[in-house]
Amino acid sequence: MALLQISEPGQSTSPHEHRLAVGIDLGTTHSLVASVRSGKADVLPNENGDVILPSVVHYAEDSVVVGHQAMASAQQDPLNTVISVKRFMGRSADEIAADVHHYDVVSDAGSGVPKLHTRAGDKSAIEISSEILKVLRQRAEKTLGGELTGAVITVPAYFDDAQRQATKDAARLAGLHVLRLLNEPTAAAVAYGLDKNATGVFAIYDLGGGTFDISILSLESGVFQVMATAGDSVLGGDDMDQLVADWMLQQAGINERPVAGDWRHVLSAARQTKEALTDEASVAYVLNLSDGFNWQGELTRDQFNRLVDPLIEKTILPCRRALRDAGLDINDINGVVLVGGSTRVPRVRERVTDYFEQQALADIDPDEVVAIGAAIQADVLAGNKPDGEMLLLDVIPLSLGLEIMGGMTEKIVPRNSTIPIARAQEFTTYKDGQTAMAIHVLQGERELVQDCRSLARFELRGIPPMAAGAARIRVTFQVDADGLLSVSAQEETSGVSAEIEVKPSYGLTDKEIESMLRDSIEHAREDMDARNLQEQRVDADRLLEALSSALLQDGERLLDTAERDAIDAAMQLLAQARDGNEINAIKSAIEALDKVSADFAARRMDDGIRNALTGHSLDEFSNDSEVKE
Amino acid sequence: MQPGHGKNYFELFELPVQFEVNVADLNARYRKLQQQFHPDRYASGSDQEQRMAMELTASINEGLRILKDPVNRGRYLLELSGVSVDQETDTVMDPAFLVEQMELRERLDSIQHVSNATAALIALSREVDQLYRRRVDELAIELKTDGELQKARSIIRELQFLQKLRAQIEETEEILL
Repeated sequence: MALLQISEPGQSTSPHEHRLAVGIDLGTTHSLVASVRSGKADVLPNENGDVILPSVVHYAEDSVVVGHQAMASAQQDPLNTVISVKRFMGRSADEIAADVHHYDVVSDAGSGVPKLHTRAGDKSAIEISSEILKVLRQRAEKTLGGELTGAVITVPAYFDDAQRQATKDAARLAGLHVLRLLNEPTAAAVAYGLDKNATGVFAIYDLGGGTFDISILSLESGVFQVMATAGDSVLGGDDMDQLVADWMLQQAGINERPVAGDWRHVLSAARQTKEALTDEASVAYVLNLSDGFNWQGELTRDQFNRLVDPLIEKTILPCRRALRDAGLDINDINGVVLVGGSTRVPRVRERVTDYFEQQALADIDPDEVVAIGAAIQADVLAGNKPDGEMLLLDVIPLSLGLEIMGGMTEKIVPRNSTIPIARAQEFTTYKDGQTAMAIHVLQGERELVQDCRSLARFELRGIPPMAAGAARIRVTFQVDADGLLSVSAQEETSGVSAEIEVKPSYGLTDKEIESMLRDSIEHAREDMDARNLQEQRVDADRLLEALSSALLQDGERLLDTAERDAIDAAMQLLAQARDGNEINAIKSAIEALDKVSADFAARRMDDGIRNALTGHSLDEFSNDSEVKE
Repeated sequence: MQPGHGKNYFELFELPVQFEVNVADLNARYRKLQQQFHPDRYASGSDQEQRMAMELTASINEGLRILKDPVNRGRYLLELSGVSVDQETDTVMDPAFLVEQMELRERLDSIQHVSNATAALIALSREVDQLYRRRVDELAIELKTDGELQKARSIIRELQFLQKLRAQIEETEEILL
């Protein structure tokens, strides 16, 4: 284990340059990139001055086109133009088949990953999303004038492990270093600068193109703590468009949805009508289908409201659940923030105001607010904010558990647990002489396995034969700050262990991602190797730097001569390896130094805990008014 | 999960090992520790630093969960004294308590059919809360230095019943609303 650098929050041990970091909102209908420049967070436009990049990818004859231009192809070339790909992220082939779309879905023969058939080949949702991210990365590097240190990518708070993992993989595929996956409502809360003196409890209502999230968070001395989150990962403005489109067809006397190109046309008429109804009481529309059929109609806001009311109502139940999980009442909410383009719909605002019994805040553009919040967090994580007090404490949205006997699930980590978190539970064998145990990892709230999402399966083998019930198998779930899960299992009496980083069966393996990266033109093999070497060197430098300053401070106080000599020797070896070209040599030198400095690190960490908690009298703590039992 | 370095959760938060905990104070300590050790503080540090920060904050989060809730805290204190609450071999419980539980559950089951269901549910919920609080006070007494650990253990088992009942009341509430 490494040395944990003990310093005041955010304080770096060495001066450093401003690192280029961005926040990216990878949305269902559109995506944005933002960055903090000269202390101010702003969205970055492309050369035409467009801030919004439609999340549309068109596989043209000889190139990949993303954005407005791709959207123009949606009607002529629907099968090679992918819109709202976010709905397919982390989904199995069956789930994708159940969604309404016209793509040709195939399962990859080897990995089983669902892919959409296009003229450029079969493409997974991860690959398609990475095309969007690549465009945003290029835009940012051009505007900011340099290579990016890293990016914060936002995800709906209600995304499960598979969807998060898919998002992170898409970013890696686009050549981005992911500083953190950040929940969209949390990002919005940051953008609202709720940290500026604000204290209290806020509800963030986020209705986007394809997802709905509600987060309840408390704010106290710069710490944003998410208390509860709930939502629906397939509910949004797209669904409103479909309702309106179906109604339009019905008005025109058409009872079935038309072919893909025409359906896209009707959807687009529906979306435009919906948007116009934000300011108008009634809007005229025209349908021109490919068989020459024409229809002119009109949609009033009242009729529109009747159409979408059931959908808006579906957002209220999660609001209620989130409040209850947070142990709060409507009256405890100090402010409500609206996020996502669909919150422009007047009926949505009415309903939210009505439910929360107060006017909602929407003074930052609801399309931009998430990217802006992500940029602020990226700036902090990149180390550009030495005095940064801000800290985000987020939760996992859905419970994690295991399959037990009888097709039931046993919850190990309950929903709304603050992350990072580690939890262990003991299980035993049920047959005499049983030497292996299948472990099936699940996510969801329901009791039956079939109603939960299957995240991964693995086996613990080599358990020494014992009587039934004698083995003690400890399964540990660990969720990191990105909300990503890893699971390990160990038989305690024998020490046999198995470990898995949860990769859903329909996600991509690390190997696949690496080979995709290698195949892509901009990351030829040599580039990859050079990049890996560079990363190892940076890691080595960080470790050496941190250790040197720690030794200077506490070396004499906490180490005896022998311990000090061992660390010095390992440091010297790492410094030598660092100047060489062997990636593996650097790696093992880092590991060796890590091991030999682990005790020192632990002693310093203990000191750190003590320091963090002293100098503050009990009275100061007790007068804290926010907390309730 | 136990925090590393041979410390228990009370020690991690630099608190005395005892049942009485000031929740406001505990939360403030929690925020201080998170401010310093959250992985976000080490986002540009080495992989190993990030891993260590993650493990420590996971302990801090688990510590808060255990110390904040009186039942979890009581269980944990008993475990520290070598008394396990969940021994399946021992299922004996006070018959009077069980009868009371059965009656409360029957009331909950039939509540959806009464004319003023919401009011009846609120009344039931208040009653259960009261029972719960009374047990927590008793637990505090038995967990003092001159208390009886076996009695504390029985109280915790009863509190677990009450917790389950509270969860069921909440579920019914969701159906009624």
